[in-house]
Amino acid sequence: MSDNHGTDVSVAEHGDTPEFPLPPHHHRITDTDPKAAKRAERQVAAMFGLSALCTIGFVVAYVAIPTDTFIALGPIGIVQLSNLVLGLTFGLAILLIGLGAIQWAKKLMADEEIIGERHPLGSPKEDQDAALAEFQTGLAESGFVERKIVRRTLIGALALFPIPLIVVLKDMGPLPVDSLNHTIWRKGSRIVVDVTGKPLRPEDLAIGTLVSASPEDLDKIQELEGNQNARAKASIILVRMRPSDIKSQQSPEGQTWDYQGILAFSKICTHVGCPIALYQQRQHSLLCPCHQSTFDLADGGKVIFGPAARHMPQLPITIDSEGYLVAQSDFQEPVGPSFWERG
Amino acid sequence: MSLIVKEAGKAISRADERAPISSLAKANLRKIFPDHWSFMLGEIALYSFIILLLTGVYLTIWFKPSMIEVPYHGSYAPLDGIPMSEAYASALNISFDVRGGLLIRQIHHWAALFFMAAMIVHMFRIFFTGAFRKPRELNWVIGGSMIMIGLLEGFAGYSLPDDLLSGVGVRIVAGIIESIPVVGTYLMFFIFGGQFPGSDFIPRLYTFHVLLVPGILLALVGLHLVLIFYHKHTQYPGPGRTNTNVVGYPLFPVYTAKAGGFFFVVFGVTVLIASIVTINPIWAYGPYVPDQVTAGSQPDWYIGFLDGMLRAIPPGWETVIWGHTISWNIFVPGLVMPGVLFTLLLGYPFIEAWVTGDTREHHLLDRPRNAPTRTALGVMAITFYGILVLNGANDIIAQMTSIPFNYITWFTRVGIVVFPPLAFVATRRFCLGLQRRDRDLLLHGRESGQVLRLPHGEFIEIHTPISDTEKAVILSKVDVPVIEAPPATDENGVVTPGLKGRRRRAKWSRFYFGDNVAKPSAAEIEAAAHHAHEEHDHEVEELTEGGKDIPARLTD
Amino acid sequence: MTSTSVRRHRATGLVVLLAALVATGVGYAAVTDSAQAAPPQASETQVQQGRQLFLEGCATCHGLAAQGTDSGPGLIGVGAASVDFQVTTGRMPLSAPAVQAPRKTPQYTPEQVTALAAYVASLGAGPAIPSDSDLSTTDANLAEGGELFRTNCAQCHNFAGKGGALSDGKYAPTLMNATPREMVEAMLTGPQNMPNFPNATLPLEKKQAIVKYITDNLQNAAAPGGLALGSYGPVTEGVFIWTAGIGALLLAAVWIGAKVR
Repeated sequence: MSDNHGTDVSVAEHGDTPEFPLPPHHHRITDTDPKAAKRAERQVAAMFGLSALCTIGFVVAYVAIPTDTFIALGPIGIVQLSNLVLGLTFGLAILLIGLGAIQWAKKLMADEEIIGERHPLGSPKEDQDAALAEFQTGLAESGFVERKIVRRTLIGALALFPIPLIVVLKDMGPLPVDSLNHTIWRKGSRIVVDVTGKPLRPEDLAIGTLVSASPEDLDKIQELEGNQNARAKASIILVRMRPSDIKSQQSPEGQTWDYQGILAFSKICTHVGCPIALYQQRQHSLLCPCHQSTFDLADGGKVIFGPAARHMPQLPITIDSEGYLVAQSDFQEPVGPSFWERG
Repeated sequence: MSLIVKEAGKAISRADERAPISSLAKANLRKIFPDHWSFMLGEIALYSFIILLLTGVYLTIWFKPSMIEVPYHGSYAPLDGIPMSEAYASALNISFDVRGGLLIRQIHHWAALFFMAAMIVHMFRIFFTGAFRKPRELNWVIGGSMIMIGLLEGFAGYSLPDDLLSGVGVRIVAGIIESIPVVGTYLMFFIFGGQFPGSDFIPRLYTFHVLLVPGILLALVGLHLVLIFYHKHTQYPGPGRTNTNVVGYPLFPVYTAKAGGFFFVVFGVTVLIASIVTINPIWAYGPYVPDQVTAGSQPDWYIGFLDGMLRAIPPGWETVIWGHTISWNIFVPGLVMPGVLFTLLLGYPFIEAWVTGDTREHHLLDRPRNAPTRTALGVMAITFYGILVLNGANDIIAQMTSIPFNYITWFTRVGIVVFPPLAFVATRRFCLGLQRRDRDLLLHGRESGQVLRLPHGEFIEIHTPISDTEKAVILSKVDVPVIEAPPATDENGVVTPGLKGRRRRAKWSRFYFGDNVAKPSAAEIEAAAHHAHEEHDHEVEELTEGGKDIPARLTD
Repeated sequence: MTSTSVRRHRATGLVVLLAALVATGVGYAAVTDSAQAAPPQASETQVQQGRQLFLEGCATCHGLAAQGTDSGPGLIGVGAASVDFQVTTGRMPLSAPAVQAPRKTPQYTPEQVTALAAYVASLGAGPAIPSDSDLSTTDANLAEGGELFRTNCAQCHNFAGKGGALSDGKYAPTLMNATPREMVEAMLTGPQNMPNFPNATLPLEKKQAIVKYITDNLQNAAAPGGLALGSYGPVTEGVFIWTAGIGALLLAAVWIGAKVR
């Protein structure tokens, strides 16, 4: 604590007495010319007065303008009149108080600079000593040092007592178990178009077609938040390309996961989970709008640009007895971002 | 006037019987603050925070932090009948059915952008003038923490309306949490109450946003201000200003009017912006649905550097060991990098204090050129940050300039390594050049642009001495001695204790201060003045007095 | 005091719903017919005239028999809608090689376009040019159009239809100048890198809903909160706060700190 304020020498180095004194004070026009001062006074008063008028204007506008009135305002666009007028009146009312007060300070309040001294920041040495002595007295009276067993059990108890506070957090959520590993896709789940819910036949898709789709069971799910949880994993896109353009697929040898050039891929990015449907059909590539990971759907959904590390999972599809496109099974790997247990 | 004084006196004495108001008032009413525009940057942040608290309270009156799905039947026709969370529906309600609701929402969001921007600009001022030095290290740490916490708070606010853009942002954060080795999946499930998105996240985030974080921020703001008051404000060097005084205007009345007035200016400007410029048009984004997205999905600007880092990672940074996946591509840019950056930021005052071995109090600000290594480090950090922010907007830049975003990403991958060191070297050189110029100014004065031809044919330029104000500023420079490494052993052959550490410190000290241009000593200034007089002034005087030869006057 | 898109009329929802139901039932067959049928009564002279124009202006890249070359795709089976879209928006003929054909002033008169379209349609069946009744959006549901837009279009064209960047300098163009006919043709034919959305996956009345959302709500978008800053999202908002916002407050701070004479 002894070098608390640095050494006295170093403070002196900066110089207690300035080498160059404060330049002489110059009077402002408002100090010397009463007319100018009067003018400044009028300016300030006008700002305060105008502010009061704006506040009244705000109240009038609040009562008079309904929220569904819109007005075309040239380059700004078609704006909500209420937002515009309330904002302008309120904003000006506030701004004018500020400008008035500052103008007052600048033009009319005394503007001679004052020199104040800084004092050492810490306590004087004798206070430090006294404080330490008080502490020692208290320490001795408590017996904290001698009564080892009391001290150690206290430290132990204090170290343990926050545990319940952490333990009760356990019920913040269920354990993941394997819920990230599967989606609601099942063998035979029909593939339906998003929003319209229409089931699809292979002939509905032309070369270069993109469909955002989901399993038909999705709309049957009704939880508090709707079907968002299931949708966040099960969403897919369907694309069709010439079978000759397909370089590779994720299906193991001897199986086909496409149906006559129709491929189904997860819509959830393997990077951090944004939905992706920026399908550039000439290159068969899929681009994520969040971080620009790019996947080649003609080449097993392989990453060709951007931060993603893993290919887009492919959903094996086929048709059912009625000729509708269906899933062969669930995805063969977890969809969406990686996680520790993914393996 | 006298009535005011009389009434104030009565009020104070009544209060004084209950608390020592007079003592407080006596000590502080005429407390002196130095005047400079750059001392108002922190005030912008403070006032934005107050505006945020005020408008935030209004928003809580109507906002429903609930993810329960309801069909919308409010007055925004393009979303009529669409299922959405109650949170989003209530945010639409605030925007279209509550009179003044849209205004308050927009003030709140603009103030949040102001808050973050002002804190960062304020931090730049503190950093480049060395105002973080003893005794203000703690206040630097508090300020840096507020930036970090403000970032989280801003993200929470951006996420609450549950519109398409913010929902995608939450999805990204969930992905980042999942990338934490060992505990990531569990953390994600605990935070979201199960799978993403679930129905718990927004209510939980709401409490975080309106209670926990504002409480912490408020406490930090309070502490920050108390320390400023206690330390008294720093000041720039100049005539009459020393390390042991403070020159400026009294709190009452000048700063009451100026700082109080500035609050109204900040508030007024924010309200005016909110009345004519849209921010976060949630109605246009639509409700969050996990399989919808918009081109150009972006976070608010202060998260941009993280997004830029995430975008810059090349493909394939993931390893699987013993059946466990580590997503370096997310964990490193999303959590490790910000962790390292904030640690360096908060720790900087202590790093520099260790290098200088300086235990003095500093109340007189450094000129950035006089601490060239610090200034260069700052510019280097800004360059690093700036490149990341740009990359965070690479798709928007690509759209506006037709430069492919692939190129911008590659530029970032390379530039992030190349440009910060270049910025460091260039800034340091520039600062040292300025130091040299200062020394010349002090010794030889300023070139006047007037050239004289001397009788023997030599041309000289007349130098005019600089003003006292300039001298005072230049002479405020404190030459920090370079710490020399001790010899390996002392004269008795005993190994110097802590040799390694002291050598390392000496190395750093040389790196920081080794190239500094020494401030001329009083003797040198004296000698230079004498020399100038001897050499030229004498002859010039003669010439002009004699009037035989009209000086050849040229202009530069 | 216009409020076309934002003011709500209680009955509209119901009316629109009923209308949509009727349209779904009645319109479906007719709709599929008109879009997939063989070229509408194109006269032989038009086809001949179109062939002449094709040989002069298009065959260099697309091949003498429209079979496609290294510099341009084959046009057999792309349909009249594709030709109409490419040529009326001026994208074709291409003036210079580029990553993507930009929209520009059309090079052909409407009659010439009709002839070209008739010729290409005669080469193989493909989507026909939508008729005026195909483009009617009076019965379409605006909110449903919005939902479809966010599911199928916003990922490339952005939430406000302002367009967006794609890989390697390509881009999804802004929809601000697109006519309903161009929108439907683009969805049917998938020009350049855009995927196609045939009527079998996205029925015509759903396309009409999307068109309605774009024309009524995006092209004439109200900006309730004021200046929309281009509707690019938070990036332009950030630029605004760092320039105009912080700029204004810095000016104020400099004014406060400045000495008064």
